[in-house]
Amino acid sequence: MSTKVYTEDNQLADPVAERAPLVLGGLDFHDVTEMVVRPVEGKTQPMWVLAFLAALGLLGVYGLSVAWLVWEGTGVWGLNNPVAWGWAIVNFVFWVGIGHAGTLISAILFLFRQKWRTGINRAAEAMTLFAVACALSFPTIHVGRIWLLPWVFPIPNQMWAWPNFRSPLLWDVFAVSIYGTVSLLFWYTGLIPDLGTMRDRAKGKIARFAYGLFALGWRGSHRHWVNYEAAYLILAGLSTPLVLSVHTIVSFDFATSQLPGWHTTIFPPYFVAGAIFSGFAMVLTLMIPCRVIFQMKELITVRHIENMAKIILLTGSMVGYAYAMEFFIAWYSGNDYEVFAFVNRAFGQYAWAYWIMISCNVITPQLFWIKKFRTTPIIVFVLSIFVNIGMWFERFVITVTSLAADFLPSSWAYYSPTIFDLGCLIGSFGLFFTLFTLFVRFLPMVAIAEVKTVMPEADPHWHGYHDAHDEAAA
Amino acid sequence: MAKKLYGALAQFENPAELYHACEHVRDAGYMKWDAHTPFPVHGLENAMGLKRSKVPWVSLAMALLCGTIPAFLGQAWVSSIGSQQVISAKPMIPWQAFIPVTFEVSVLMGAVGALLGMLMINGLPRLHHSLFRSEMFERVTDDKFFISIEAQDPKFDAESISEYLSGLGASAVELIED
Repeated sequence: MSTKVYTEDNQLADPVAERAPLVLGGLDFHDVTEMVVRPVEGKTQPMWVLAFLAALGLLGVYGLSVAWLVWEGTGVWGLNNPVAWGWAIVNFVFWVGIGHAGTLISAILFLFRQKWRTGINRAAEAMTLFAVACALSFPTIHVGRIWLLPWVFPIPNQMWAWPNFRSPLLWDVFAVSIYGTVSLLFWYTGLIPDLGTMRDRAKGKIARFAYGLFALGWRGSHRHWVNYEAAYLILAGLSTPLVLSVHTIVSFDFATSQLPGWHTTIFPPYFVAGAIFSGFAMVLTLMIPCRVIFQMKELITVRHIENMAKIILLTGSMVGYAYAMEFFIAWYSGNDYEVFAFVNRAFGQYAWAYWIMISCNVITPQLFWIKKFRTTPIIVFVLSIFVNIGMWFERFVITVTSLAADFLPSSWAYYSPTIFDLGCLIGSFGLFFTLFTLFVRFLPMVAIAEVKTVMPEADPHWHGYHDAHDEAAA
Repeated sequence: MAKKLYGALAQFENPAELYHACEHVRDAGYMKWDAHTPFPVHGLENAMGLKRSKVPWVSLAMALLCGTIPAFLGQAWVSSIGSQQVISAKPMIPWQAFIPVTFEVSVLMGAVGALLGMLMINGLPRLHHSLFRSEMFERVTDDKFFISIEAQDPKFDAESISEYLSGLGASAVELIED
């Protein structure tokens, strides 16, 4: 039986000679269960209460801002003519982008058999759901008269009015709401066995009933596991094109218009790369503190962080390439308006936003070429926040610079947000963090059953068992 | 009056022991039996002699019948009969424009089909199961591995089953009431 125990300190040994397992510290199956359920079953930590109250406070800000918006109308925002799409669309695209990491980790990395995904997929999927919830709230409140929102769906009505299915905005309604629903189904499917664990461990009657209800009577039957794994594989296979389609369709909102700076074919791949870039940054922003606060360094290891930093490096470079290519195509097209739109982005009235975007999104990820940076959690954490900021500014730059100065100088106008724009932005973080703090308190934040499958002991033909067997025979 | 028996439950300590025990139970010709594990033990379906899952067919049928076809026809109907708007002189049924929504709805229905199909084939959700009467079975979602053989099985013999399962390496055996 192999006796070498890998820990936080020696896990980054030369990967050619040997490789540390994904679960460190020599934990067995029972230890993994105990480690994951501790934040749920243990006493409420003061740190958690503090985070929850802060998030709740911000959520209150969101509630007030939206209430005033609904009462007074979208005029309370800084919108003007021609900038009729302000922070609401910026925030929407920002949050949808963040929502891409969860399903990418759970679906695409699953199909590629990237076993390290098991440590982070549950929390990343939850983050996805909450980010999509934040994202959906923005078009909802942006319609102004919220009570007319059902009109976006093809519901028979007395006016015989139907939505226009040729419009990318309507595709977006379907893309984002279906993405949210499928992500929920995927997340819930993954949760069923772990809810069974919570049910079997629950001491209180209410907890046992609640977890038991949602565990659906799961009893770990292998006849069930066979169907379960088939369903999980299908969900991963379906989610893979879905996750790539969502931000593609979001980019169509812009790309199918005639506006200089928006009307480009590079938008779909560029938006998808940016979405994965920002999503992984948010996963890191959340998981690096969580692994410390909830003492899960053996499950969410430095190797996980390093792998995510590498994905940020890759997608960040793609985003940087797209920025350069946009400029090249604007020049190469020979179209005066297109050239102006890009020169104006970099050197016009919104140049400050443009250069924040460039420094956060192009320079920051390049620092991850250095291994020391990738493997030092605190540095990754700080850089991930820069990426979050940069990606918000990317959407701001795309949306506002193109609208504020289009074809006719007589229609140009400078856009600046109001206090209610700000209230909606920071308020949406309140919604996001309220949901996330509740999640880490009441549900297992690491997929217990899935982590166990990537431990070497999970294989019935693991050499440790054979060694023991041979010893017994001899 | 003696209560009816559901079957026998045997506990194993690790996937390797479970795997070999399953091979024996399969070869002994038992039909109504099952293995219970905290996580999917890969390859166990061979040791148990199970067939491929039918869930993919449910998912495909749902995706096509409840997703692709109604989504496309619905959009075509809305654009050509429901409301006849001529937009930029485009045709009444521009099929290219209907692809995104058709795709999204197909994915949604395929995903719903996968989850519901999985639950349906597994006979879930259910509120109770006889195995939950066993106290040691609480570890099935943690770190223990089990084989259950139902009393309904034609080969089941209440007298000798405990001895048989212990002989396969079980660390504990229990008879479960129905």
